[in-house]
Amino acid sequence: MNRETAMTRQEAMAVLARSSLEKLRAAWDGWDSKPATELLRGPETGMIMIRGRTGGSGAPFNLGEASVTRATVRLGTGEVGFSCILGRDTEKARLAAIFDGLWQRDGDRGRIEQDLLLPLAERLAAADRTVRAQTAATQVNFFTMVRGDDE
Amino acid sequence: MYVAVKGGETAIRNAHRLVADKRRGDRSVPSISLDQIVNQLALAVDRVMAEGSLYDPELAALAIKQARGDMIEAIFLLRAFRTTAPRFGFSEPLDTSNMLVERRISATFKDLPGGQLLGPTFDYTHRLLDPELAGDAEIPAPELAEAGDGVMPRVTDLLGQEGLIEADADAGEEAETGDLTREPLSFPADRALRLQALARGDEGFLLSLGYSTQRGYARSHPFAGEIRLGEVEVMVEIPELGFTVSIGRIEVTECQMINQFKGSAKVPPQFTRGYGLVFGHAERKAMSMALVDRALRWRELGEEKTAPAQDEEFVLSHSDNVQATGFVEHLKLPHYVDFQAELELVRRMRAKHEAAVRDSAGQDESKAKQQEAAE
Repeated sequence: MNRETAMTRQEAMAVLARSSLEKLRAAWDGWDSKPATELLRGPETGMIMIRGRTGGSGAPFNLGEASVTRATVRLGTGEVGFSCILGRDTEKARLAAIFDGLWQRDGDRGRIEQDLLLPLAERLAAADRTVRAQTAATQVNFFTMVRGDDE
Repeated sequence: MYVAVKGGETAIRNAHRLVADKRRGDRSVPSISLDQIVNQLALAVDRVMAEGSLYDPELAALAIKQARGDMIEAIFLLRAFRTTAPRFGFSEPLDTSNMLVERRISATFKDLPGGQLLGPTFDYTHRLLDPELAGDAEIPAPELAEAGDGVMPRVTDLLGQEGLIEADADAGEEAETGDLTREPLSFPADRALRLQALARGDEGFLLSLGYSTQRGYARSHPFAGEIRLGEVEVMVEIPELGFTVSIGRIEVTECQMINQFKGSAKVPPQFTRGYGLVFGHAERKAMSMALVDRALRWRELGEEKTAPAQDEEFVLSHSDNVQATGFVEHLKLPHYVDFQAELELVRRMRAKHEAAVRDSAGQDESKAKQQEAAE
């Protein structure tokens, strides 16, 4: 990774996991000079057991499972892309794995980040800001009524 | 002699066709879509995910639709589905202190850092039916306000700094986390297993048990230290990559109940805690879970066991509504042979009884005659 990148691979994968199928499909459809892709595993749907912590910060316990889909793709240029995402969308998992593979290529990383990942990340951050602003509007402002009984 | 009886195939087929028709109902009314259920019956979806023990809103919505709104049937469907899906692994434990908070209240601290955030709540509504909702009235967009820095420490961490409240015991990361979906429950169960059972337990059952603790059956003087609702990141370690990635976010409700504790020879007086964590927006369930979790800790806290909510074998053996409904509803299945045997038995007992009555009546008669003769 000798060129400057805007994100770590983990950050890129996190954005891919939360993006919509439509966004990924549009980006892939518009991608020129597509490399060959070979599915090494999946896309396959299963579950992971989600854990919580006793009391919030204590010993782990099993909270319940969640549907996940994962895929591993080898690009014609040799990179192996990987995805593991909540839900059962196999096509989204396949595309996320392809983009993870492309992200690893020095020549493509900048473009993926600029054209796909950063706009997606901004959109997700904006949605979070909206939730925060909506929640903030429901904050209780206490005021004290002085009754003057003590005079 | 045992005679196997077969039959009913046509009746069953036609019954299922009939229930499919009833499910669809009046064809002039549009069919409900899964999107509509996920969006507009969101809390029903959350309950099915929590008690079905599978976070998947779309499947939960399908289950609700297929079950015609019968929640326990829907939970059953989701549980059945999850037995067919392979398990890829475990997540890292959720970090609920790092949550995109949609609601966060404390009944113990008025001025807590981050504030009291009511969020989307039914609290303080007047519980009057709204006739406007019968139509499709325009709903105004929510108000917005400047959000703070987003730092929202858990209330229990605030009190914990003074040592006034017990700290979370960590099991040591090496300790095996029990999983009741892999190993049948055995008793006594550790707290991790109890929390797993409670997290998928029936809301109504836990609500009633929690209520019983408030009414004096294993009273522990609870305060809702904090309830928070929001999205948390699910982090999974990917062995192929050697690092941990976020695979998306889920919504959870967490409840920290703060309870009294007298202290002991070893521990100075401090508050104790009960914990609730549930998939989705499920405040009542999270609170009930926390009350029952606290009641079940009687042994560890040196309390007396006096009430049903403290009896882990009773609580954990009956909290699962899929197990419960399976056993209750199996009574509908044909028990013709069992019943035939009981019928035979009752007939024999009645015959004996009648004979005994006849005998004693005969004796009474002869006694009466003897008495008459003596007089």
